[in-house]
Amino acid sequence: MDFNFTEEQTMIRDSLARLIREQYDFDTRRKVVASKDGWRPEMWAQFAELGLLAAPFSEEDGGLGGGPIDAMVVMEEFGKGLVVEPFLQTVVLAGGFLKRGTTAQKEDHLAALVSGERVFAFAYAEPKGRYNLADLSTTAKKSGSDYVINGHKAVVVGAPWASHLIVTARTGGAQRDAKGVGVFIVPKDAKGVTTRDYPTVDGRRASEVYFENVTVGADAVIGEDSLGLVEQVTDEAIAALCAEACGAMKVANAQTVDYAKTRKQFGTPIGKFQVLQHRMADMFIEAEQSVSMTYMATLKLDEDEVARKKAASAAKVRIGQAGRFVGQQAIQIHGGMGMTDELAIGHYFKRLTMIDSELGNVDHHLKRYTDLSAADVAVAAE
Amino acid sequence: MNLEFSPEEIAFREEVRTFIEQNYPRELVGLGNREDLTREQFLAWHKILGKKGWSAPAWPKKYGGTGWTSTQRYIWSEENARVDALMPLPFGISMVAPVIYTFGNEEQKARHLPGILSGDVWWCQGYSEPGAGSDLASLKTTAVRDGDYYVLNGQKTWTTLAQHADWGFFLCRTDPSAKQQEGISFILVDMKTPGIEVRPIKLIDGTHEVNETWLTDVRVPVENLVGEENKGWTYAKFLLAHERSGIAGVARSKRGIERLRSIASQETLDGTPLISTTDFARKISQLEIDLTALEFTELRTLASEAAGHGPGPESSILKIKGTEIQQRLTELTLEAVGNYGAPYARGMDQSGSNEIGVGPEYSNFAADSYFNMRKTSIYGGSNEIQRNIISKMILGL
Repeated sequence: MDFNFTEEQTMIRDSLARLIREQYDFDTRRKVVASKDGWRPEMWAQFAELGLLAAPFSEEDGGLGGGPIDAMVVMEEFGKGLVVEPFLQTVVLAGGFLKRGTTAQKEDHLAALVSGERVFAFAYAEPKGRYNLADLSTTAKKSGSDYVINGHKAVVVGAPWASHLIVTARTGGAQRDAKGVGVFIVPKDAKGVTTRDYPTVDGRRASEVYFENVTVGADAVIGEDSLGLVEQVTDEAIAALCAEACGAMKVANAQTVDYAKTRKQFGTPIGKFQVLQHRMADMFIEAEQSVSMTYMATLKLDEDEVARKKAASAAKVRIGQAGRFVGQQAIQIHGGMGMTDELAIGHYFKRLTMIDSELGNVDHHLKRYTDLSAADVAVAAE
Repeated sequence: MNLEFSPEEIAFREEVRTFIEQNYPRELVGLGNREDLTREQFLAWHKILGKKGWSAPAWPKKYGGTGWTSTQRYIWSEENARVDALMPLPFGISMVAPVIYTFGNEEQKARHLPGILSGDVWWCQGYSEPGAGSDLASLKTTAVRDGDYYVLNGQKTWTTLAQHADWGFFLCRTDPSAKQQEGISFILVDMKTPGIEVRPIKLIDGTHEVNETWLTDVRVPVENLVGEENKGWTYAKFLLAHERSGIAGVARSKRGIERLRSIASQETLDGTPLISTTDFARKISQLEIDLTALEFTELRTLASEAAGHGPGPESSILKIKGTEIQQRLTELTLEAVGNYGAPYARGMDQSGSNEIGVGPEYSNFAADSYFNMRKTSIYGGSNEIQRNIISKMILGL
């Protein structure tokens, strides 16, 4: 058992931390988020140049030979800097599908992803689907060797910036069936794709995406019956998202402690009040436990299916709770100042709040964990 | 980073499991969660481990420790928890011994460490006083120098299992004029010395686990002073950090959750096993998830210790979360047994009945354990004190 980072991972972290410090300060981020585009393609190019987009891929796939731990390192730093660029959507999610795709798909898409040329978004959620990955009204009907996609995908994060979408759609079965979940690569400029773009509350950009008789060829098919793959890739994304939350929690805690040391009330820095000290101690504990859970979930991604799913859900539950607690308490301790848009703390709070519902909230994952435990016990009893 | 056990570690687990299977005393099976055992019962496994050289996994090898890695120690505690083994009590092995081998002189090491390792000498802790619990530095017991002796006067309390103790380690004030945390000394006391009186305190679960210890003109040779006079506070803090690092109790809580699952599948609600009801199943899930977070936090701590960092203020996290989980576990267990949480098994024992308890066997001590475990957030520096430590030592507030 070993909890050390490799030299390469430490290097990635340090150079990324420097980049964020120098070019991603809070005021710059605010301006970018409020700008027309809402992100910086030139920042994306720098991430590519630093090797971040290649870090988690094997060398055969054109990557630097890393894996989920490298993604974890990047995401934690992104969480610290409240980075909006779609690393999770492009590298972890789309990359997670593409690296398991055909040779042709890898040569075409993965190479362009790693170089920073193509940006992806993952269109999986639907207006009524909530967090169930199999709850799909979107259909992909076979027509010769092609597929014709129809449907409406909800809150597709990063879609306004994306050149391509990874889309889940039903190739067979009834709504919510485990069987018949297809995965497709769709260029965003394909005929019949329309989007309605908007900002999200945590400073990102997302779209409602509509598919009207969108026809894709066989080269767009990642899988026709692939719920297992979708679950594997989203579990990888959950681990990465947890790492982002850890980064955000660490900064939220540090800013809160700093604020409590300087802000005076009744002639005393409020950090001297024991009730607030204990609350900040609890915030620290929540963040540390979140780091532990992120390591755990990341290190178990390659274990058997049940162990992997339980680990991802357990981490998401703990981090959803921790993030909400840390966010809420950080605002409370900042008092009125915490309510202002001008201070960074509110933006950490908003991001942490959104992370809870991204890829399944506490209730969803507590249920998933419980169902998996029950299945586990039933198997053991046989 | 990886979670895999090496072939050597897997072999080690086998070796440990076999040793426990072959050597753990049959008569102690099932007693691992009880507080009201005899001295012999408490020490039996410790003595077997002492002969094997396995009674002090965390000590340095040169003093009789095992030289195990942190992963091996983790495996060791898991394997013991599998059979609910009664582990060596902490007072000797994990509390006073590290102070003796770190700050004591050669004579003290030679005299005391062998008896601690073998389990022949029982130690108790003389820290708390009626007016000084978590505010330990306000203690009043005095040790006044008189020639080659210290003369001790005062009253200690919550002296755990002192009724069985051969020796005690006491914090006493040697310089009353010094500031609160200075002027305290760490003194080893033979509990047979005249002037020591140990009086039982009965706890809410009906057990006699702790005592009041009265010291009246107790004459202790000066060679029993550990380290320097008036520097006891440093050693006391060192000891508390060591105590905390073992306090998470992850392996034992894991075993407790297994028990809870088994109870919840035997108990029913409207004809459905309790474990299949959404409400209760999610309570267990939440507890298990919290325990996983604690487990990986402990593993990170162990890894950092293996890299040469001593137990620092981070061990307060283990204390707080470990004890909260132990409490929650006993609370859910009591909840699971329903009506049969009410009969007082020890009361029936006292009334001379041959049969202990009514209802399912697993319900017998559910309430007692719940009541008893409330102590965990109070002792070893209350959880409020642990939060003070985190806020001051780590956050700098």
